[in-house]
Amino acid sequence: MKNQHVQLDKEGRLRHFITTEGLSRNLLTEILDTAENFSTVGNQQVKKVPLLRGKTIINLFFEPSTRTRTTFELAASRLSADVLNIDVNTSSASKGETLLDMLRNLEAMHSDMFVVRHNQSGAAQFIAEHVAPHISVINAGDGSHAHPTQAMLDMFTIRKHKPDFSALRVAIVGDIMHSRVARSEIHALNILGVPEIRAIGPQTLIPPDAEHLGVHVHHSLESGLKDVDVILMLRLQRERMRGALLPSESEYFARFGLTVEKLALAQTDAIVMHPGPINRGVEIESAVADGPQSVILEQVSNGIAVRMAVMSMVLGRSPQSEESR
Amino acid sequence: MSSHQDITPLLEQMVRNLQSLLKERNITDPLMVGIHTGGVWVAEVLHKALSISEPLGSLNITFYRDDFTRIGMHPQVQPSMLPFAIEDRHIILVDDVLHTGRTIRAALNEIFDYGRPASVILAALIERNGKELPICADVVGEVLNLSQDQHVKLSGPEPLTAIIQGGA
Repeated sequence: MKNQHVQLDKEGRLRHFITTEGLSRNLLTEILDTAENFSTVGNQQVKKVPLLRGKTIINLFFEPSTRTRTTFELAASRLSADVLNIDVNTSSASKGETLLDMLRNLEAMHSDMFVVRHNQSGAAQFIAEHVAPHISVINAGDGSHAHPTQAMLDMFTIRKHKPDFSALRVAIVGDIMHSRVARSEIHALNILGVPEIRAIGPQTLIPPDAEHLGVHVHHSLESGLKDVDVILMLRLQRERMRGALLPSESEYFARFGLTVEKLALAQTDAIVMHPGPINRGVEIESAVADGPQSVILEQVSNGIAVRMAVMSMVLGRSPQSEESR
Repeated sequence: MSSHQDITPLLEQMVRNLQSLLKERNITDPLMVGIHTGGVWVAEVLHKALSISEPLGSLNITFYRDDFTRIGMHPQVQPSMLPFAIEDRHIILVDDVLHTGRTIRAALNEIFDYGRPASVILAALIERNGKELPICADVVGEVLNLSQDQHVKLSGPEPLTAIIQGGA
């Protein structure tokens, strides 16, 4: 697989992090274990470890995002790296500079890592294929393709509550068709050995080849939630209404919104997750989002530890085995 | 070549030396912190023998190493656990083998990221030659003179034994 060549080095270690697809269970588990080590750094008086001191990490965001960028920035800061945020909408793209020219310029600033967010699928991979050999690329979301660090922080959060992936029923609810989060989660859940993954949503928002991804499709929230251990809610992007894929927000909420009554169909100790930002009253009601089974804010804290883990694994490969591309 | 050594007498020696050092410095309620992995094993024994009231802390110094860019990540060990506030407390820092001093440098940096202790006492089961930093132990179980190609490591936790390898 092409992805494999780009994101792994000759020894099978993570060189870039573009997608969870095709990675080994060992590698995903290594990310989770490493994140476990970093999860205590936030409790220190000095919330910092000197691991990436002297490294320069550039957050290259072609698409606006607050949470993802902030947690990447915090993760890099807690590793003692220097961080530069570049918001490309307001930058040289509008002056007609090509992407490759921009990359050359950023490389000339002796940077070590690009964290890339882009509205086009494949953008992070394209950049990884064209950067200088000493630079690593982390995909912070590309189009509807992948959002691997979000998927891994979700896996980390699941493992904290339900340590045995092989005993889980997991439901993903919402716009799976357009969701890079869902795609990355499905790959990660399959790789980690979750036996039953359900995709729940209206027909127009479930990809036609969903069964090939290794999921069971449900068009009814009631049947889909029965006995599940983990519920992964997705954000409903309001532009989907305009695309005529959905009749209205209120009808969507009536059929697929997670309410206290519907949550009761799942296991009594089921956890509710959401990548944020949440649309209260559209995909989830406040009583659930703020309720005892919600781990939505834990996901945010865990996101920092997981991103620290990925950054340090990618930049911490020993140089004697550095491939020469 | 490898040889095993029973370390029980060394641990007993350490307990006696720690007791007299604590008395000499007038420290009545020290905290104890072991460095993963061997240091924690040694610390468990000392912690019990000295009847320290607060739970044993442990440090994983991976993120403070100075050779990270040369050897990369080693995520298998447990995270650091300091289940107490260290501000103004007397700390007994425990490791299995004191060699170059780099591990202790990293451990001290990590401890100070949690707060400002009143003092730190370093206790090592074995101190061997090969120092690269100006760091000495306050309490030592045994001093070993080894050749450069010899290594000493602890195996444990049950039974705890020291193994000297190499230097045939």
